Amino acid sequence: MTKIVRYLKSLTLNEIRKGLMLTQKYFFKRKFTVRYPEEKTPKSPRFRGLHALRRYPNGEERCIACKLCEAVCPAAAITIDSDVREDGSRRTTKYEIDLFKCIYCGFCEESCPVDSIVETDIHEYHFESMGKNVMTKEQLLAVGDMYEEQIAKTKQEDAKYR
Amino acid sequence: MELLEFLIFDNLIYILAIVLGVILTVAYLTYFERKVIAFMHVRMGPNRVGPRGLLQPFADVLKLLTKEIIFPKNANKFLFLIAPIITLATAFAAWAVVPFADGMVLADINAGLVYVLAMTSLGVYGVIIAGWASNSKYALLGALRSAAQIVSYEIAMGFALVGVLVAAGSLNLSEIVRGQEGGLVHWYIWPLLPLFLIYYISGVAETNRAPFDVAEGESEIVAGFHVEYSGAAFALFFLGEYANMIIISALTALMFLGGWYSPFTGDSWIAQPSIFWFLGKTSIFLYAYFWLRASLPRYRYDQIMRLGWKVFIPITIVWIFVVAVMKVYHVGPWWN
Repeated sequence: MTKIVRYLKSLTLNEIRKGLMLTQKYFFKRKFTVRYPEEKTPKSPRFRGLHALRRYPNGEERCIACKLCEAVCPAAAITIDSDVREDGSRRTTKYEIDLFKCIYCGFCEESCPVDSIVETDIHEYHFESMGKNVMTKEQLLAVGDMYEEQIAKTKQEDAKYR
Repeated sequence: MELLEFLIFDNLIYILAIVLGVILTVAYLTYFERKVIAFMHVRMGPNRVGPRGLLQPFADVLKLLTKEIIFPKNANKFLFLIAPIITLATAFAAWAVVPFADGMVLADINAGLVYVLAMTSLGVYGVIIAGWASNSKYALLGALRSAAQIVSYEIAMGFALVGVLVAAGSLNLSEIVRGQEGGLVHWYIWPLLPLFLIYYISGVAETNRAPFDVAEGESEIVAGFHVEYSGAAFALFFLGEYANMIIISALTALMFLGGWYSPFTGDSWIAQPSIFWFLGKTSIFLYAYFWLRASLPRYRYDQIMRLGWKVFIPITIVWIFVVAVMKVYHVGPWWN
């Protein structure tokens, strides 16, 4: 008996009507789409993007070639050579990050005793030829110089939670 | 010479108008489909090419036309190329008998309904030949599924049309529409409600659209009969499928919703019969195609067969008798 009732009920197409009404309701809802290049989703100050080497306000580079970042890097993406500079201080002669190896874990930034190597919130970058994936010291310093203001700001925002 | 002049100056213009109209409609139908489905998914849909994405169809067409047509190894080249042409030609040929408004019809023939049924069924040959010529197991499976499905639903569709034929007493599409003159209550959708639903659902199945798109079934057989097609050949299949969708919607509007007649009665401008009523009614069913696609999951194959043979065919047979009895006793506002 219930079988026959169910069969007759199915002929009224009520279930399909319910489903159609549901999709119709969503048709008029506000859309979730973020129109990317014009609109962007908010980014956390802890966002880990492209790397940068920072300088002190007097122009001296922060890095002291302690090689902690090189040691902690789980992907072995950092290569550092160091030497004694004319003034007798220890500085890097080579500081390279292979961005293809890098997994953006942020350990280098955590390990740095002088806040030299940082990960900025830049995530829109690309390489145009082979080998360009290895960031040299000059490039990293240039990124740091260009975005120092932004980096300082995000570090400031995050500082109270650390 | 007179015949030639008649053919060229009268019919050629009509044919061009219909073909161009259908092609343009198909182009914007793809845009409309993507927008409707995106909106139901709470997305935006295409909005990059041109203002609000309105040039997207042309970008798609240009992309398809400039792509290479790849012939599979050991494929039968002649059949491989003729298949999309058959699909497209039958889809376009059916438009010859569609009356857009009173007297606005290319070929006002008496057997219009049978002609339409023949043309829409012939389209399956394109699918079968494509599946066979592709020399691919997915294509062959898709073609077999499509053939079985279309044969099954053709019967229910044919019976639904018999109901219309009984109701109108004519096979001429213009006559069928004229039988529904006189406002909303005179439309055949009321006495033929079950047949109307079955006709439209069978139409969805005939055109291989969701939820009856097992012939394509991305998750099971990649893309079914047109896996091996690319470039312009694929574009032809696409065009044929969408032209078929439009014709099914147009026929539903003609046979059940009174074609070019207004739902209102009286003397005001809104009660006048016009081509816009026909186009509007057709668009409702086109929208329903996408609405169904956004709402329902794909039927399992045996469920499709069950629905076609065990549900639709018995209901249509019973309702043909009901319609016949109603007609004999001059029931309602339709046959008195």
